[in-house]
Amino acid sequence: MLKPEILDPQGQAVLSALPRLGVSGIVGVRQGKRFELELADGVEPDGAVLARVEHLAATLLANPVIEDYEVRVERTADSGAR
Amino acid sequence: MSAGMSAMDGGAATATPRVGVVTFPGSLDDRDAALAVRAAGAEPVALWHGDDDLAGVDAVVLPGGFSYGDYLRAGAIARFSPMVATIVAAAADGLPVLGICNGFQVLCEAGLLPGALTRNVGLHFVCRDQRLRVETATTAWTRDYQRGDEIVIPIKHGEGRYVASPDVLAELAAEDRVVLRYVGGNPNGSAVDIASVCDARRTVVGLMPHPEHAVDGLTGAGVDGLPMFTSVLSGLLSNV
Repeated sequence: MLKPEILDPQGQAVLSALPRLGVSGIVGVRQGKRFELELADGVEPDGAVLARVEHLAATLLANPVIEDYEVRVERTADSGAR
Repeated sequence: MSAGMSAMDGGAATATPRVGVVTFPGSLDDRDAALAVRAAGAEPVALWHGDDDLAGVDAVVLPGGFSYGDYLRAGAIARFSPMVATIVAAAADGLPVLGICNGFQVLCEAGLLPGALTRNVGLHFVCRDQRLRVETATTAWTRDYQRGDEIVIPIKHGEGRYVASPDVLAELAAEDRVVLRYVGGNPNGSAVDIASVCDARRTVVGLMPHPEHAVDGLTGAGVDGLPMFTSVLSGLLSNV
């Protein structure tokens, strides 16, 4: 997500479209990105793996100058983790 | 505005300076950048993003375009190419580097320049001749201008809104590191009208406008971009 202090013109464009859909009561829209990284079979999202993903997030996936990020682990139905 | 062709007459006894122009997949302005380098009196050297050898060049230009499609963020993937890693290391030793448009975005992503470039206010891609003010002539790429010069150079970008933290903006101002500002209207919402900044050594410069498109009176708005390329030659020749 863009940091709160960084103007998000894309979010503003979405916000300005809301009245056309008859939606009211929403005063702000921020647009962000979500990446889904699928781990190979047998790779567990333990400390070392998470540390590597965290590094990826901070260097490639997000630009910490303008963006905040968070890393979350989710289990999928076939028991894989991502 | 004098075009400063002095680099072509001076320094005849020394070898012609060689200026590398990096091509990424998706670069568009590498050929114009090479033409501008030649117009300034240097020898352009084509460098490939996948190589890590600078071929002994005296300076490097990262050209405009959409490196790697600008997927993820503009410049984000190019930053991890072998050539950029080599350039980051060489810049620490004083190699002059000029990043134009996408090249500016790559330099910010690589951490050679502070701040970042984000979507234009209003979301429009802007393409027009833009008035700019030269805010400092004490960089490797602007020494053939004079502080306060007003020049016209084309801009063409969708993600040129320069942003940086208040601390960084204060530091840039205090160290005289804002190189160019937009005048006659801010085209993209950049903080304090910033069109170009340099690093602390003043050898790495990034700018959104395209000086390589303003080096020939026959095409384009004029020749106000040429001194940017002659500047680096003046520095190289005076250092010999």
